[in-house]
Amino acid sequence: MDSIAVLLKIDGERVAGALQEVREKLDGAQGEIVLDFSSVRRVDPHALRALEDLAGSADGKAVKVVLRGVNVDIYKVLKLAQLASRFSFLT
Amino acid sequence: MTDNASPLSEERIAYLEGLVRQARTAAAVFTQCTQEDVDRIVKPMVLAGLEQAQNLARLAIEETKLGVLEDKVIKNMVATEFVYNYVKDKRTVGTIREFPESGLVEVAEPIGVIFSLTPITNPTSTVLFKCIMAIKTRNAVIFSPHPSAWRCCSEAVRIMYETAVKHGAPEGVFTCLESHSLQDNDYLMHHKDVRLIDATGGPGAVKAAYSSGKPALGVGSGNTPVYLEKTADLNMAVVDIIISKTFDNGTICASEQTVVIDDEIYDSVLKKFADLGAHICNEKETELLARTVIDPNTGFMQPMAVGQKATTIARFVGLSVKPKTKLLIAPIQGVGRAYPLSVEKLFPVLAVYRAKSVDEALKVCLDVNHAGGLGHTAVIFSRNDEIIQKFSEVINAGRIIVNSPGSIGALGAVYNDLVPTFSFGCGTGGGNSTTDNVNIYHYLNIKRLARRRQAHMWFRVPNQIYFNMNAVENLRQFPSRSTIIITSPFLEQIGHVDIVRRNLPPQTPVHVMVIPDAEPEVKVVMHGVETLNFYKADQIIALGGGSVIDAAKIMKLKYESPQADLEELAAPFLDLRKRVVQYPTEKTNRAQLIAISTTSGTGSEVTPFAVLMDKERGRKVTLADYSLSPDVAIVDPQFVMSMPKGLTADTGIDCLTHALEAGVSSYASPYTDSNAMQAIRLVFKYLPIAYEHPHDEEARSMMHNAACIAALAFSNASVGVNHALAHAFGARFGVAHGRANALMLPHVIAYNAAVPTKFMPSPYQQAYVAHKKYATIADLLGLGGHTIEEKVQNLVAATEQLLDRLAIPRSIADLGISKEEFERAIPDLAKIAFDDPSWRSNPRMPLVNELVELFWSAYRGRGVTKVASTSQQQTSQLQTV
Ligand SMILES: NC(=O)c1ccc[n+]([C@@H]2O[C@H](COP(=O)([O-])OP(=O)(O)OC[C@H]3O[C@@H](n4cnc5c(N)ncnc54)[C@H](O)[C@@H]3O)[C@@H](O)[C@H]2O)c1
Ligand SMILES: [Fe+2]
Repeated sequence: MDSIAVLLKIDGERVAGALQEVREKLDGAQGEIVLDFSSVRRVDPHALRALEDLAGSADGKAVKVVLRGVNVDIYKVLKLAQLASRFSFLT
Repeated sequence: MTDNASPLSEERIAYLEGLVRQARTAAAVFTQCTQEDVDRIVKPMVLAGLEQAQNLARLAIEETKLGVLEDKVIKNMVATEFVYNYVKDKRTVGTIREFPESGLVEVAEPIGVIFSLTPITNPTSTVLFKCIMAIKTRNAVIFSPHPSAWRCCSEAVRIMYETAVKHGAPEGVFTCLESHSLQDNDYLMHHKDVRLIDATGGPGAVKAAYSSGKPALGVGSGNTPVYLEKTADLNMAVVDIIISKTFDNGTICASEQTVVIDDEIYDSVLKKFADLGAHICNEKETELLARTVIDPNTGFMQPMAVGQKATTIARFVGLSVKPKTKLLIAPIQGVGRAYPLSVEKLFPVLAVYRAKSVDEALKVCLDVNHAGGLGHTAVIFSRNDEIIQKFSEVINAGRIIVNSPGSIGALGAVYNDLVPTFSFGCGTGGGNSTTDNVNIYHYLNIKRLARRRQAHMWFRVPNQIYFNMNAVENLRQFPSRSTIIITSPFLEQIGHVDIVRRNLPPQTPVHVMVIPDAEPEVKVVMHGVETLNFYKADQIIALGGGSVIDAAKIMKLKYESPQADLEELAAPFLDLRKRVVQYPTEKTNRAQLIAISTTSGTGSEVTPFAVLMDKERGRKVTLADYSLSPDVAIVDPQFVMSMPKGLTADTGIDCLTHALEAGVSSYASPYTDSNAMQAIRLVFKYLPIAYEHPHDEEARSMMHNAACIAALAFSNASVGVNHALAHAFGARFGVAHGRANALMLPHVIAYNAAVPTKFMPSPYQQAYVAHKKYATIADLLGLGGHTIEEKVQNLVAATEQLLDRLAIPRSIADLGISKEEFERAIPDLAKIAFDDPSWRSNPRMPLVNELVELFWSAYRGRGVTKVASTSQQQTSQLQTV
């Protein structure tokens, strides 16, 4: 995965797992990766941890992670968990 | 417990940070849960708590070695079942309460991470209670149990946590410090992501919580006084006190500490205690007891006695008591360090005091209350409501328990309807932020959604207005036993009074009161009131211009309600309906006020205002209240035919000012607009004719109506900054009211039409519309113009032309007032104008320096017609004119 912008749809039923897979694919990537959250209704602590890990990996690799279609309730969760500042958002 | 003195190691910090991060994540995730989600989690938690009530109680007893197993089971059940019963139907997510009548909605916002200290005395019950509250309110909790109750508490946390997570709570929602040190507590109390500290425990824990600089619910120790008053049901009282003081061996901080007993019943009460298993200590035993259970150095109870049985304590002390002794009762003679047993004793030792009177009893209870029990709990047994009431006023306690056991009573929901709790707020007396029984609402940030209300408006006018030529004939319908006609010398001279007399019902007793020809002063008013009293007037006819009618309004007020304090009634206000002073409604006398206006300007015959001259302070005072409105208004043009030209012009412009100001007022409504617009149209059409052809009946009649119609508008929409300026200026320089208004008018129109420096907050208007309303007026007058600016400009020009046509001086300078004199007056003028209530309804909030600018514009006079083409420019031009 070394393209400039990649769009990946996150499965609302297995958010943490999907994010974990994305993280594994980050190796050798650069540029922008857009994760489509439009089918994610809620996140749990595992998903948050996975997001945090993903942000950490992306920082190390100069990849910009963009979350698209995040609903406002999840956006609030990210704010409260102090993760919102680690991503870019697209509506 | 780790060593309290050593600093936290890096590993420990990492551990604590991990706890906070986990709780923060859980709290964040929890915000997504709905009310239904939350309620689905709470119920199984409660059931799990109930199921484990006995196990947890047993664990607590084993570990803490204090309390009574059976009572701890009950506490655990209260903490689950009773608390559930209270919370189950309460909304704690989203909208939690609605107040449709006020348009307010309360919306819940969780707190986030709560750091919670729990006590040794009620260990597991407090944990169960807090877990249920936290889940119900979607919060995460890090628990720090008392070190000597850690095992039982952590087990309670585990049971609650596993059940909660199983039913959908986020992982990490509860954690429990796995060991305990003051440094851990300190670190967490100061952690930026801990949002609230809920400290239930001794004074140290509570103090630390409040000192952290974080919002805290610190609820601490008590010292419950009990007044056992002679009218009480003594059998009930004695049993209740025993139940309460022995409940869990006295560990509940709300339990009774000193019982103050009325002298008359003292002996029998002690006998009843003894009969039911209490040991009454003699003097020597009391002394021994005090020495053993109270630390002589600190004056506080000895921890080793806390939660122990009476017999165990007796054994420590070396007292010989019966084997089943429940309670040790120690008579004391006072409160304070000299009487060690007068403090809090969380074990079955109860102090008693014999009081010679109610007064003494209340004072001793107050002493106990102030000896460590402020804000906590107090108990009274009595059937005398007055004494109960007095007790509640004197004693500072968040819970004042009447005729029931203090400890179980304070816990709530058993003996009374207090909210069930295990945390008693002690208010500021106890250094706490609340006196409440801490409950779910303390675990929520309650947001208030405040919808804009459609403000109620009004249109109030006298219910009888007679107008057109010979309307005075309507006086015939008002019989009276004593009528006073109030008028001025000239009007009497020219025969106006005779016209009125002729039109009264035959044989009406009439007295004519001629008052000086000037704006009313207090001494004139007071003299008039004497006359009204002398003639026992039941009808007052005010025949004159604004001055006479205003004088009559104030005389009527003082005649009907002599207690009315004019100075006080003139107090400033922002909103008529919310003002501090109220006009009197109690009346000693009653008289109907009929106002017959003889000028066409003030409209005082229908208004709720009266202007009084305060000669001493050189200012005008405006009284405003609908009770001042005349009962009947007669608008008969025959009384204005005699008006000289100058008066016609001045009063006519006063009328125009009323209509223009009401038209753009922030209190304007469609009801007042219709009147204001019609009055403006009539003035522009008929005032020049009435001025130039004083005998033109139609013009006089129309102008007379215009004045009254404009007054209907400003009686309800009020006036504006023009009147504030004119009042100040007129009073200072002795310039007639209408003329003073005229000098300001064009400048004020331009000022109000510009974009305000400061908007006037007004619940009555949706937007700033003054400029548009002026433009509408210009259209109504057919003044032409394409843009709003042009129309406003045309209106200003038309107003100036009208003033010119009426030969009204067009600048203050033209009145012969020197620049130096005016300059000297300006600071006072601006101050007085700013104090004037008239501008409160102005569409634009005048700044003091803007008032000064307006005065100077009026001083210089002409030049307003050069209004700039944009509103913004208008402002700056106005300031530099
Ligand atoms: N109550 C209100 O709602 C209200 C509103 C605006 C102004 N005011 C107050 O009213 C007062 C001004 O009233 P005003 O403008 O009617 O003047 P006014 O009552 O002071 O009368 C002015 C002069 O005109 C004389 N006069 C009155 N009627 C006459 C007639 N028909 N023919 C010849 N002379 C006549 C009076 O004797 C007096 O000398 C001021 O105090 C002002 O503050 C009151
Ligand atoms: Fe006026």
